[in-house]
Amino acid sequence: MKNKYSIFSLIKNAFSYHENWQRAWRDPEPKKEYDAVIIGGGGHGLATAFYLAKKHNMTNIAVVEKGWIGGGNTGRNTTIIRSNYLWDASAGLYDHALKIWESLSQELNYNVMFSQRGVMNLAHNLQDVRDLKRRTHANRLNGIDAVWLNTEEVKKFCPIINTSPNIRYPVLGGTLQRRAGTARHDAVAWGYARGADAMGVDIIQNCEVKGIKRSGNCVEGIETTKGFIKTKKIGVVAAGHSSVIANMVDLKLPLESKPLQALVSEPVKPIIDTVVMSNAVHAYVSQSDKGELVIGAGTDAYISYTQRGSHDVVEGTLKAILELYPIFSRMKMLRQWGGIVDICPDASPIISKTHIKGLYFNCGWGTGGFKATPGSGDLFAHTIANDEPHKLNADFNINRFVSGDLVDEHGAAAVAH
Amino acid sequence: MFLINCPYCGERDQSEFSAGGEAHIIRPKQPTEMSDDQWAEYLFMRKNIKGIQFERWNHSHGCRKWFNMVRDTSNDKIHAVYKMGEKPPV
Amino acid sequence: MSKNLRIPNNKFIDQTSRISFKFDNKTFYGFKGDTLASALLANNIHLVGRSFKYHRPRGIMACGSEEPNAIVQVGNDASMTEPNTRATEIELYEGLEVTSQNCWPSVNFDLGAVNNFFSPIIPAAFYYKTFMWPSNFWKLYEYFIRKSAGLGKSPTEPDKDIYDHRYLHCDVLVIGGGISGIIAAKIAAKNNLNTVLIDDKNTLGGTTIFQENECFKINNSYSNKWLKKEIETLKSLKNLTIKTRTSLAAYHSYNYLLARENLTDHLDINEKKDKIRQRLWKIRAKKVIIATGAMERPLIFNNNDRPGIMLASSIKKYIDYYGVKCGQKVSLFTNNDSAYETAISLNNSGVIVNSVVDIRDKTNSLIVKQAEKLGIKIHWKSTVVNTNGYKKINSIEIMKLSDDGSNVLGKKIKEECDCIGISGGWTPRVHLFTQSGGKLKFRDEDNVFLPDKTGLDQISIGSCNGDFELDQVIKNSVKLTNKFLKVNNNDFENLEIITSKEIDKKNIWLLPSDKPLGKTKPFLDFQNDSTANDIKLALREGFKSIEHVKRYTTTGMATDQGKLSNMHALGIIAETAGVKMGELGTTTFRPPYTPLTFGAIVGRNVGEFFDIIRRTPIHDWHVENKAEFENVGQWKRAWYYPKDNENMHEAVQRESKAARDSAGILDASTLGKIDIQGSDASEFLNRVYTNAWSKLEIGKCRYGLMLNEDGMVYDDGVTTRLSENHYLMTTTTGGAANVLSKLEDYLQTEWPELDVYLTSVTDHYGTVSVCGPNSKKILSKVIPDLDLSDKEFPHMSFKNALIDNIKCRVMRISFTGEHSYEINIQSSYARSVWEKCYDAGKEFNITPYGTETMHLLRAEKGFIIAGQDTDGTMTPVDLQMDWVISKKKYDFIGKRSLYRSDTIRDDRKQLVGLLTDDPKEVLEEGAQIVAEKNKQPIEMLGHVTSSYFSPNLNKSIALAIVKNGKKMKGQKLFVPMQNKTINVTITDTVFLDKENKRLNA
Repeated sequence: MKNKYSIFSLIKNAFSYHENWQRAWRDPEPKKEYDAVIIGGGGHGLATAFYLAKKHNMTNIAVVEKGWIGGGNTGRNTTIIRSNYLWDASAGLYDHALKIWESLSQELNYNVMFSQRGVMNLAHNLQDVRDLKRRTHANRLNGIDAVWLNTEEVKKFCPIINTSPNIRYPVLGGTLQRRAGTARHDAVAWGYARGADAMGVDIIQNCEVKGIKRSGNCVEGIETTKGFIKTKKIGVVAAGHSSVIANMVDLKLPLESKPLQALVSEPVKPIIDTVVMSNAVHAYVSQSDKGELVIGAGTDAYISYTQRGSHDVVEGTLKAILELYPIFSRMKMLRQWGGIVDICPDASPIISKTHIKGLYFNCGWGTGGFKATPGSGDLFAHTIANDEPHKLNADFNINRFVSGDLVDEHGAAAVAH
Repeated sequence: MFLINCPYCGERDQSEFSAGGEAHIIRPKQPTEMSDDQWAEYLFMRKNIKGIQFERWNHSHGCRKWFNMVRDTSNDKIHAVYKMGEKPPV
Repeated sequence: MSKNLRIPNNKFIDQTSRISFKFDNKTFYGFKGDTLASALLANNIHLVGRSFKYHRPRGIMACGSEEPNAIVQVGNDASMTEPNTRATEIELYEGLEVTSQNCWPSVNFDLGAVNNFFSPIIPAAFYYKTFMWPSNFWKLYEYFIRKSAGLGKSPTEPDKDIYDHRYLHCDVLVIGGGISGIIAAKIAAKNNLNTVLIDDKNTLGGTTIFQENECFKINNSYSNKWLKKEIETLKSLKNLTIKTRTSLAAYHSYNYLLARENLTDHLDINEKKDKIRQRLWKIRAKKVIIATGAMERPLIFNNNDRPGIMLASSIKKYIDYYGVKCGQKVSLFTNNDSAYETAISLNNSGVIVNSVVDIRDKTNSLIVKQAEKLGIKIHWKSTVVNTNGYKKINSIEIMKLSDDGSNVLGKKIKEECDCIGISGGWTPRVHLFTQSGGKLKFRDEDNVFLPDKTGLDQISIGSCNGDFELDQVIKNSVKLTNKFLKVNNNDFENLEIITSKEIDKKNIWLLPSDKPLGKTKPFLDFQNDSTANDIKLALREGFKSIEHVKRYTTTGMATDQGKLSNMHALGIIAETAGVKMGELGTTTFRPPYTPLTFGAIVGRNVGEFFDIIRRTPIHDWHVENKAEFENVGQWKRAWYYPKDNENMHEAVQRESKAARDSAGILDASTLGKIDIQGSDASEFLNRVYTNAWSKLEIGKCRYGLMLNEDGMVYDDGVTTRLSENHYLMTTTTGGAANVLSKLEDYLQTEWPELDVYLTSVTDHYGTVSVCGPNSKKILSKVIPDLDLSDKEFPHMSFKNALIDNIKCRVMRISFTGEHSYEINIQSSYARSVWEKCYDAGKEFNITPYGTETMHLLRAEKGFIIAGQDTDGTMTPVDLQMDWVISKKKYDFIGKRSLYRSDTIRDDRKQLVGLLTDDPKEVLEEGAQIVAEKNKQPIEMLGHVTSSYFSPNLNKSIALAIVKNGKKMKGQKLFVPMQNKTINVTITDTVFLDKENKRLNA
C-alpha cells in the first residue's frame, strides 16, 4: 500500500528531512509473461494500464517504454483540455475524458492541477462564425457547456486580446467552454504510473520493442531490448511511433508522423487567465502556473521522427500571437521544442482492435491527444479487456477508413488541439 | 530548416517548398475493379517510415515542379532528389 | 554605501563619462561601458532580486548570459517595459530605469520570504502531493500560487519598437569572438572565404582581452596585448564581417542559424526612437566554427546562494575589465587553478584577499606559486561548510575535508568577508553544438561533455571543445581550423607561449558540511530554488532519468535554462545512483541559447504586414461608394453597400430586390481563374470534374464539380471552352490556390502524358457581373455591336467582344438565377468597364450588391456554396446533384470513393431546403436540427448551412443538411435554440423560379 499524499504527509516527512518518502513506482525487471503488455509509457499508455488494473482486474500486466515515462508528447504538449467537439462521437469521447479529469487528482491521489479556467475559440471570418456556432449548438444538445460570445464578450472574458475591428482578421466572436482548461502534463503520467504501480502493474522503462511475435493470426509476445516477453494481448499506444510498431507486423495504418512544435516564454506575473485558441490565424496561448506563456505552434507538412520542426512554423505562430496580443512583443521565448504527432486523415483517433487477434491500437491523436488521456485510457482498457470496443470508442475503429464513415473533425476545427 | 536541391533550380531554402507525402503510390488505373479494402489502402494507408523514405516535394514558391526526394526521416538527412518519372536511386 | 569600489581602469570603460540610472527608483551613477551589474556592484549593491520559490535574497553572481539571479524589469512604461532582463547583459545608458522583480513590497523587505520559513515542508514537487482537498478548491489554491509565481511583469500596451529580419549567406560563420574565434576568423578570411564573426558582447576578445598576468604570455607580452594586436589586424581583412552585440540564438539543421543583433538597447533613452531595436539574422552558412568558450561552474555547498557569493572568474572580470571591486575583503573557494587568477587580480588591485579555500591537496602549478609568492593564504584540502549573512554574506565557515572528500573534520574556522568567489571548474558551452543535432562525449578527467559526432559541416574549437590552457587553445584552434577549411595558414606558427598548467584536479559535486544534508541548503538552481536535497529526493522517489529529475525538481528550467546548474545536477544524480556520468547522458539543450524577443522573431510581419491584402481592380470604387468589406481568404470583398443609415439587413434586402426587379452589379473578380491549354485539355477536365467535357462546344460554358479523391466535394465553378484546346476554369474565391496546386499535382505526377498547361490568371482579369431583367438592355448599351439574342448568345455561352477597343470575354452565366452576364477584362480596365456598366444601368436603377446579397440570391435558387453548404463530408449525391455525375465516364477524381459502403448509403446527411413555420423567423446558420421537441440529449439530424430572409419571396428560407433529408420532403422538424424551439418544414432546395424562366427572360 502506498503512502497517501497530503499536506499532513508533507509535514510529517519534513521532520525526517523528506528522507523517508516511498518510491513513486518500482523499477522492475520484466517478468517472463504478462496477461497484457502496453507498448508506450506515455499518459495514454499508463492510463490504459491503470484502468485495466482498476476496472478490469488485470494486474498482471506491464507497460514497456523505450525511454522514460511521459517523455514523449505527454511531456511536450501545451496541456489544453476541452470537449467542445462537433461530432457526437468526438463529443462523447472527449467529454467522457473531461468528466474523469474533473476528479482525477482525487482518483490518483496526485495533484494533476486540472485548472478549469475555460477555453475560448475565436472566429475571424464569417465562415468561422458559422462553423463555431454550429459547434456550439451541437455541444449544447450533447450536454456540453459551450456558449457563443460576441466580440465584446470575448474582450470582457480576456481583456488583453486585440479586438480592434482594424486588425487584418478582426475577432468576430468566439465560443467558450468554461469547464475546459489545462492540467500539469508530467503529473498526469506520474500520477497514473504511481497508481498503476500500486496495483501491481510493472512499469518497465528503457525497454524498446524490437518485434512482435505471432503465431498464425494471434500475438504471442514481444521482443524487447530486455528480452522476450510473452503475452496474448498487446495494446500499442506509441503515438508518433505507432507506424513503427505496426510495420513490425506488416500492418499499415492511415497515419503520418509529423513534427509539432511548441514554445514557452519567460515566466511573468499573471497576465492571461484562460486558454485562447484561434484556428484562422493559428495561435493559441495560455499561461502556466509558473507564469510562462505556453504557446502551441503548428505542424510541418513532412514526415519526421526527429522531434524538430522548421523555424518558419514558430515564426508564423508568433506572428499570429502578436497580431492578437501586441502587448507580448517584448516578451521573450525561453524554450522551444518539438514532438512527433501521428495524424489521421480525419483528425480523429483510432482506438481499435486490428485484424490480428490480441493486437490493439490506440493512435492517431494528432495534435490533440493530451486532453483525452483519461478517457482514452479507460476506453482502450475496456477494448483490450473485453476484446470489444466500448460504445464510446466504437466509431473510432480502423475500418472506418475502408467504409468511409469518418469522424471528420476538420470541418469545424481545422486543428484539433 | 532544410536546404533542398531542387532538380530544376538548385539549392533553395525549405520555405520555398511544400511536402507531398510518400512517393511512388501510383493512382490505380482501374479503381472500379478494386475492393473497398484495396481502395482504402491506396487512399489512406501509409508506410510512415522511420528511416529512408521516398517522398514527394513541390517547389511551390519557385518553379512549381514536383519532384522526388530520398530522406531519412529519423534524422532529416536528404540523400538524393530526382525528377518525377525518373527511377529512384538505390 | 558610499564606499569607493572603483579603481582607475579606462581600458574598456570610459571613466570620464558618467551615466545616471535608476534602480528601484533611486538614482545611481556608473560609466559608459558599464553593465548594469558592474554599475550596481560599484555602488556596493549585490542584492537585486528574490528567488522564485522561497523568495530568498539573491545577488549578482556572474557577468554574462549565464546569470541566474540578477534579472530585473527594465523601464516602467506600459508599452516599453521588459521583464526578466539580465543585469549582467544590460549595457548602461543614460535614462535606464530598472526595478527588482518577484518581491513585494521591496527587494529589501519581501513578504514572500515567508515561503523560506515554510521551506521544510515544501520540498521539490510538493504541489503534486497536496492542494487536493477539498476537491473543488484547486482553483483557489491556484490563484495564490499563480500570483506568487512568475517573475517580471508583461508589458500591458503594444510595443512601439520596430524589429527586422535579414538573410545572410556566408562561407564560414565563426561564433564567438574570443581568442579561438579570432584565430579562426583570421584564417578563414585570409584564405578568401567570405567570413562572418559574431559575438554577443560589445567588444571582441573574450576573457583573454583582460588577461594581464605573468603566467599567460605570448611572444613575451601579456596575452591581452597580443590579442589586441590580432584584433587590429582583423579589421583590415576584406572578407570578414564582424558583428558584435549579436547573440547566436538557434542552430538548426543544414547550418541554418538565427542570430539576434541588438541595435538600440545600449543607446541613451532619447536616441532609441525610430530606430530598429533588434534584427534577427537568418544565416545559412556553408561551414560553421563554434568558438563559444566555457562557463565557470559554481560549487555546491551549504547556503551557497547569498548575495555576495559570485563566480570567481566574474569577480576577475569586474575588477580587470570594469574596474569594480566586488568586495573589500574577498575570500575564494575553488577546486581548480582559475580562482588563483582572480586572487592575483584582486590582490594587484588592492583588494584584501582573505584566503583561497581549495578542496585539493597542495598543488604547485605556476599560478598557485605566484599567488603564494604574493602572500595569499591558502586552505588546502578544505571546504566551506556554511555561509552567514541574510541579505549579504558576512562570513564563511571553513573545515578540513576527509581523505575521500565525503566528510569534514577538525576545527571550524570562521572567516569574515563581504564577497566570496567560487569556482567549480569549467563547462564547455556545447549548447549550440547539441542544438544542431551533435552528439556529446564525456571526458572523465575533468568532468566535461565535449562535442563528438555531428552530421553538419561544423567544428568546435577552443574551450568549448575542451581546451582550457592557452597554448592548447591556440595550437588546436589553428590546427583544427586549417584542417576544417582545407587551408594551410601559418600565421600562428612559432609562437612562444607561457601558460600555467593545472597539475592536480579534484571534483566533489556536493560538498559535505558538518550538518546533516537535510538541514543544509546547497543550491543548484539559484533561480528556481532547487537544492541538492531536492535532486536526492527525486531519486529516492524513483525518478531515474535526468529528464524526470529535471522536471520533478524544476532544476535547469529557469530563465537561464540551467547554464550553471545542469552539470551539478547530473553529477549528483550519477553519484547517488552509482552510474557513470558519461552513461547518464545530458538533458537536451533547446533553442534559443538566450531568451529571444517575440518581436525579433516576428520582425516586420506585424500590424498591416501581418498578412497581405488582396484587392480587386475595382476595390477603390467600392470604398468610394461606402461598401462594407468581408475578408474572404486574403481578399477584401465588398460585403454590402449601406445607403444612408441602413444596417446590413436593410441594405441586403434592398440590393436583393433591385437585382431581381431590374438590375444589379457585382464585382466577381476574386473568383479563381485558371487558364487551361493543350491538346489534352478536354481529357484533363474529364478526369478532374465529375461531369463530361469532351462534347462541350467551343464558345459554351459548363458548371463543374470537383471532388477530393475521397469522394467529397472540394470546389466548383463554371468552365468555358474558349477554343478547341483552350479552357478558362473558374474556382471559388477561397479555393483558387489549392485547386491549382491540386491540378498541377495530378498533371505532373499522375498524368505526365497529358499535353496540358495550367496558368493562374486570377489577378490578370477583373470580372464585372451584371444581372437582372434589364441586364441585357444595359449590356447592349455598353457593347452595342454584340448580338445578345438568345439564339446567338444563349445562357451558358461566351463571346469575345471589344469595349473601347479593349478585348474582353463576355460569359452569359448566372449565379443568381437571373438573366446575367460576366465581363472579364484585363485588370487595368476593369474599373472603367464597371463604371461604364454602372452608368449605362443608371436608368434602370442598377444597384451594386455585395457578397451577402449574392449569397441570398443564390440561396433562393438553391445553388450551393462550396465550403458553406459543404464541409468536406458531402458527396455530390448528398447535395442532390446526381445530375452532375457522368454515368459514362470510367473514372474521375473521387469516383471510386462514392461507392464505398458508407458513401453509398441512401440515408446519409443530404442537402435540403427548410422553411420556418413563421415566415418571419430567420434561422441561425449553424443551428442544429432535431426530430423531437424539448428533449436532451437528442440525436442531431443535421444543421442549417445557409439562411436568409428573402425579400423576393417575402419569407425566410434556408438550406440545411439533414440525415436522410431527401426522403423527408414536407416533414416537420425542429431547430432548438438556447431559449426557444423553431418549427421548420423540409422542402426542395429551389425556392424561386423552379422552371428557370428568369434565366432566359
